[in-house]
Amino acid sequence: MDLDLPDDALELRKVVRDFAVQEVAPVAEELDRTKAFPYELVAKMGELGWMGIPFPEEVGGAGGTTLQYAVAVEELTRIDSSVAITMCAHTSLGTQPIWLFGDDAQKAEYLPDLCAGKKLGAFGLTEPEAGSDAGALKTRASLDGGTWTIDGSKQFITNAGTDISGHVAITAITGETTDAKGRTRPEISNLIVPNGTPGYEIGEPYRKMGWNASDTRPLSFSGAEVPEAHLLGPRGQGFKQFMRILDGGRIGVAAMGLGLAQGALDEAAAYAKSRNAFGGPIARFGQIQAKIADMATEIEAARLLVYRAAALKDAGRDFSLTAAQAKLKTGRLAVKASEEAVQIHGGYGYIEEYPVCRFYRDAKILTIGEGTDEVQQMVISRAVLA
Amino acid sequence: MTKIVVLVKEVPDAAVQKQVDSSTGRLDRSGEKTLNPFDTHAIEAALQLKESGALDVDEVVAVTVGPSSAVKALHKAVSLGADRSIHLTDDALVGSDVVGTGYALAELIKRESPDLVLAGQQSDDGQSYAVGAAVAEYLGWPGLTQVIKLDVDGQTLTCERQAEYGYDTVKVTLPAVISVGDAINEPRYPSLKAIMGAKKKPLESLSLGDAEIDASKVGEAGRKAVWTGSQEPPAKAAGELIEDEDTAETVEKIVAWLDDRKLI
Repeated sequence: MDLDLPDDALELRKVVRDFAVQEVAPVAEELDRTKAFPYELVAKMGELGWMGIPFPEEVGGAGGTTLQYAVAVEELTRIDSSVAITMCAHTSLGTQPIWLFGDDAQKAEYLPDLCAGKKLGAFGLTEPEAGSDAGALKTRASLDGGTWTIDGSKQFITNAGTDISGHVAITAITGETTDAKGRTRPEISNLIVPNGTPGYEIGEPYRKMGWNASDTRPLSFSGAEVPEAHLLGPRGQGFKQFMRILDGGRIGVAAMGLGLAQGALDEAAAYAKSRNAFGGPIARFGQIQAKIADMATEIEAARLLVYRAAALKDAGRDFSLTAAQAKLKTGRLAVKASEEAVQIHGGYGYIEEYPVCRFYRDAKILTIGEGTDEVQQMVISRAVLA
Repeated sequence: MTKIVVLVKEVPDAAVQKQVDSSTGRLDRSGEKTLNPFDTHAIEAALQLKESGALDVDEVVAVTVGPSSAVKALHKAVSLGADRSIHLTDDALVGSDVVGTGYALAELIKRESPDLVLAGQQSDDGQSYAVGAAVAEYLGWPGLTQVIKLDVDGQTLTCERQAEYGYDTVKVTLPAVISVGDAINEPRYPSLKAIMGAKKKPLESLSLGDAEIDASKVGEAGRKAVWTGSQEPPAKAAGELIEDEDTAETVEKIVAWLDDRKLI
């Protein structure tokens, strides 16, 4: 059993680490404070192939693996979550649906610019009253004369409103269908809506607790029209499709939880060694040592779970359960580890003097986004109790 | 057409605590290893000469002398943009001093007959700063160190080099050996494709015999510099602390202190 990362993933880790320390860390505080989208960093990451890691070279991707993608997300989040979620959501939610379900023409039109990071893609599932509960979706699309007309709204959508956002793939009710038990169900399909489509309005950014430099907005559709060919995947397959997208997306978000926890530990350990109290560094106190030891141990366990989920996906095996477990484990860990890191920093942890304050704010969404912890528990318990 | 050889080295990662193994008198190089960060500036300089068209470069070749693990440093070098690499590895090389290493590298360079040899200013482990100069000596080529600016005019390079007192501007005609200071450029990051493609670029592995290098001039057999011991530098006497309670008084104390030592 080989639990070491392959050479190329190890080398990528070093390079992303160097990039994060040299290019991201010096601007992270300012980006967060000014809520400025990291355009320059996205462009640089695009040149390095990091905006399309797990997609084949034929469509403009780097031809890499999910494991490499997870390692890159981890190392970015270790320094800054806003930059990491921009790359992570773009890959898992923006580009993945086109790669998985797009026809040849859609792939040829969208994937090269998406994989190069020249355009950003977004995924619109969540609505004011529906998210993981997809049965409650209200956004509707009707087909008439070769044109889809869309009405409804989406919220908490990442990467839809930047200067380089190219499209959003949304879920919408496109009719009614009958399930195996003869019950009438909404027919859900996915549609590609390009930015600039009349009737597609992108709302003002939210005032968030964290992830301040990432783009998150509500979207609304009032008679927005797209050609029939913008249907993504077969009509009526929207539910299955987004479940598959979310499964894969959980690996990315789990890698974020892992990276954030590691970043919090890095900061906490460095501070504990340099901060003096009662005549010496606070790292000599058993209470601090216990926190550091527990964080390091939980992080190592979580790392194995995240990499396992990624490796299963790369091997073409069923990864849904492991991805949900990795997401549940790392979201909680990110919250706990960043809290402990703030605690170790004392009063300095509560002000924006050190990165741990930002880490603490950035962590909470990881128990919510890409399916809440409670939804992960549903996924996991269904598999265990089946 | 111009060929550039870049000298590279595998060194312990910056985070690894470095110490001399007293039983062998050699640096303990165990633990995580990486491409010598100073060498990435030499690779970047070669690529910039190629990409800018300043020199009509058709090939950049990374060359190293080191143990089998040094292959990873060569992979890194080609992921950064070198076209191929050469690895001289042989048990008889173990324990080579700077002159022995310079001799072996010079022999490898003769096989390639490049127009320009670039090196980093120092290795992050041995830190001799001298390998580039030793190579130039063996080749009988001009050697320049700490170069932070390169301007090309045909076969003539105008180089700005850092000196203790400022900057020297030196003209040199190719072929030449130039070690570049780390201020010369900002090395690029390798793309993911380049990282994954590194193992596909040609890597030639040579023994001393393959390269027709005289084994008596390298390794333990050929070394003239031998580590015999080390000691901490003598501790400095504790300084005198003057607390600034009354500034007029503090100034008086400082002036008196300087006056006692005939410094003013």
